[in-house]
Amino acid sequence: MSVFYFVAFLSVFFALMTIFTKNPVHSVLYLVITFFTFTVHYILLNAQFLAVVNFIVYMGAIMVLFLFVLMLLNLNKDTEPLKSNLVKFMGVIAGMCILVTLAGSFRVLETSQPVVLKDPDIGLVGNLGKVLFSEFLLPFEISSILLLTAMIGAVLLAKNEAKKA
Amino acid sequence: MIELVWLIPLLPLIGFLINGLGRNVLPKPLVGIIGSGVVLVSFFLSCGVFSAVYAARQAGEQGSFVQPLFEWIRAGNLEVSLSFLIDPLSAVMLLIVTGIGFLIHIYSIGYMNHDSGFAKFFSYLNLFIFFMLLLVLGSNYAVMFIGWEGVGLCSYLLIGFWFKNTAYAAAAKKAFVMNRIGDLGFLLAVFLIFTTFGTLEFAGVFSKAAGMPMGDATLLLTTLLLFIAATGKSAQIPLFTWLPDAMAGPTPVSALIHAATMVTAGIYMIARSNILFALSPFTMQVIAVIGVCTALLAAAIAVTQNDIKKVLAYSTVSQLGYMFLGLGVGAFTGAFFHVITHAFFKALLFLGAGSVIHAVSNEQDMRAMGGLKRRLPVTYVTMLIGTIAIAGIPPLSGFFSKDEILAHAFEANKLLWILGFVGALFTAFYMFRMLFLTFFGSFRGTQEQAAHLHESPATMTVPLIVLAVLAAIGGLLNVPEALGGGHALASFLAPVFAESVAKTGEFHLEHSTEYLLMGISALAAIIMVIVAYRQYVTKEMVPAAEGTPRGFLSRLSYHKFYVDEIYDVLVVRPLNALSVFFYRVVDRSGIDGIVNALGKSAGESGRGIRLLQSGNVGSYIFMMVIAVVMLLIYGIFNG
Amino acid sequence: METVIQNIQGVPLNHYILFCSLIFSIGVIGVLIRRNVIIIMMSVELMLNSVNLLLAAFSAYKGDASGQVFVFFIMALAAAEVAVGLAIIVMVYRNTRSVDINALNRLRG
Repeated sequence: MSVFYFVAFLSVFFALMTIFTKNPVHSVLYLVITFFTFTVHYILLNAQFLAVVNFIVYMGAIMVLFLFVLMLLNLNKDTEPLKSNLVKFMGVIAGMCILVTLAGSFRVLETSQPVVLKDPDIGLVGNLGKVLFSEFLLPFEISSILLLTAMIGAVLLAKNEAKKA
Repeated sequence: MIELVWLIPLLPLIGFLINGLGRNVLPKPLVGIIGSGVVLVSFFLSCGVFSAVYAARQAGEQGSFVQPLFEWIRAGNLEVSLSFLIDPLSAVMLLIVTGIGFLIHIYSIGYMNHDSGFAKFFSYLNLFIFFMLLLVLGSNYAVMFIGWEGVGLCSYLLIGFWFKNTAYAAAAKKAFVMNRIGDLGFLLAVFLIFTTFGTLEFAGVFSKAAGMPMGDATLLLTTLLLFIAATGKSAQIPLFTWLPDAMAGPTPVSALIHAATMVTAGIYMIARSNILFALSPFTMQVIAVIGVCTALLAAAIAVTQNDIKKVLAYSTVSQLGYMFLGLGVGAFTGAFFHVITHAFFKALLFLGAGSVIHAVSNEQDMRAMGGLKRRLPVTYVTMLIGTIAIAGIPPLSGFFSKDEILAHAFEANKLLWILGFVGALFTAFYMFRMLFLTFFGSFRGTQEQAAHLHESPATMTVPLIVLAVLAAIGGLLNVPEALGGGHALASFLAPVFAESVAKTGEFHLEHSTEYLLMGISALAAIIMVIVAYRQYVTKEMVPAAEGTPRGFLSRLSYHKFYVDEIYDVLVVRPLNALSVFFYRVVDRSGIDGIVNALGKSAGESGRGIRLLQSGNVGSYIFMMVIAVVMLLIYGIFNG
Repeated sequence: METVIQNIQGVPLNHYILFCSLIFSIGVIGVLIRRNVIIIMMSVELMLNSVNLLLAAFSAYKGDASGQVFVFFIMALAAAEVAVGLAIIVMVYRNTRSVDINALNRLRG
């Protein structure tokens, strides 16, 4: 049980670091670490498949993509635009409001049942695969189309049009 | 004949339509014939109706017939039908209205011959006769009110007949506005009557009222309101100033409307509702006091006036005061008798004055007249008869009617008699002053006017003669018992006033007292005639020209006791100020301000909301977050 | 594995909800206070991830597998979205030579 709290603390800490550092590259790296802590969370929930997918897709693919773009645009601490203090202050306040509202709406301050794994096996790859390919077959196939579309879109958008101009 | 009573008002209405619509195409003689002809036929029909009523009275019946035409309003409890009531009172009024109306129509053919609005004039006259007949014939307060309003309208149209003159148009407006003030009283009284009695029909109202106690509060209020209406229509204090100004209209208009018919509408209305008044002794006192005060005030003003029509106008106001005095002391028959005789001699005097004005090329100031009795003999003789009648010198009609009123006044309150007597002295004086200044002495006008002096054509002199005969012998209608007469009119009208007389008490005066009163008034009138003669004929005194300094009383009288100026300060100016206030503050700043502010606020709010579209994506996101928070809060609180 | 399972027994669901709400609001704060478009996109990824974790927690709590399936799809979607989003950012950089979010104010009213 205390593992959870420790890992949760780490997640929050690194998330905060993500948004507060000035250097964007540092920001990306901190986000990677945050995602790693999420992976640990998934393992704690015995969602093994999700943990692995999270590790590979998010940390491996998405964050690398972010890094690529950062390097492409050659962004570093000097080119980082700054917001005025007032805006930062208002932003923090708004975020706090969100937090409080969410907390209030979900009645998190009351006591609730502890998480009891009813069926600890549902996170296993095999079982999850069974559910995925039986109930959710159609969304699965359509998501492949989604990925195809995204791929085409990304290629088209990022193509170098400077030649025509 | 009674069944044809609906024709009586209908024919003048048809005459109005024909003359009004065809005013540009019909030839003048035809217009005159149609206009006068319809009134003549109405007169014959009225004679038929009168004889039917007379026969019924002779047979001992009430002589009262109701002739319903059609149902007009039916809404909830309110049922008003257009129906006519023929009884002794309305039969006599029918004769007066159509008879004298006919004579004045004939007169107008001659008088208005050179006017471009000849056909319009006749159509208005016919319309007036129509409304006056509605007023007289109505069997409920609603029909009477239609006629009441209609004669007010026609009075406005006819006074302002030469509307291109702004002063005349203003006089017409003044008459209409003052009439309307009275009409408000009439309307309120009608509402009260409806809520109290549940019906507007005379028969219903009067039979229910007869059972009410003397001095009932609702009846008191109703009668006071009705009296206010009468002061407006019949030119009593405080609503009398419109009548002298109404002399701006052509003289036949003054004769018809402001002498014989419209101004008597108030007296007719009170005579018709006599039971309501008899049960309100306080109102009767008010009527008597205001009547005698008006009589005295108008007579005092007439003494110094120089316009021949203004003298006659104030004389009308004064005589109307006498009629109200008669009504106030319970002399209903006497007041109505005075209505009849006044119609005769006042119409005669006005038509005669018109003839004089016509002869001296539209000059109306008596200081520029004089010595006309040789050049205008018929006019002179007829006006002499009229003047003797109004002064109350026996045996002409005015003596009998005025004396009956004064005798009742004497029995009711000696002070009223004294004031009425003083008014009669004034009357004799100023009327003969007018006669002497106009007809005696030598002509004081210009050479040009003297060259054009001529007697009026037959269409104008024949009505004068007819009216002079009526003024002379009209007294025989109601000779009192004291002089051995049969009191014919009183007995004819008896059923109309019977209940009221029962409530107010019979009239008892010793015959010797009556002889004394008659003798005193006749003698005093003759003495005033002699005084006037000495001043204006023997001494050849001519009233002072404008601008000469006058004594205090003379100034008061000449400036009409400053009543118009007082009204101007008390009423007209505050109203104008109020109107300006409403225009500037309420209308322009207030209402326009609100409307403009609505428009402006729409624009301003648009301009303000535009600032939200800053193009700054960061602020958009911020607002999205805030909105989500709010939605969540709303969701929390609402379930 | 059993020890793992034993470990998480006893963590109240509310704590999971609170934790995920915290991460989510940190993501919101990140979106609001940073002007670099890429960092903003990363904050959005953070928000998505917090939701993923919560879904997984609920799925474990209820014993229903569809929660985890949903997480799977969200991840696929997030990957696609990042690809397209970054492509757009590259385009914008080519046109405006800046990754400042305030430079995109052409929609100003």
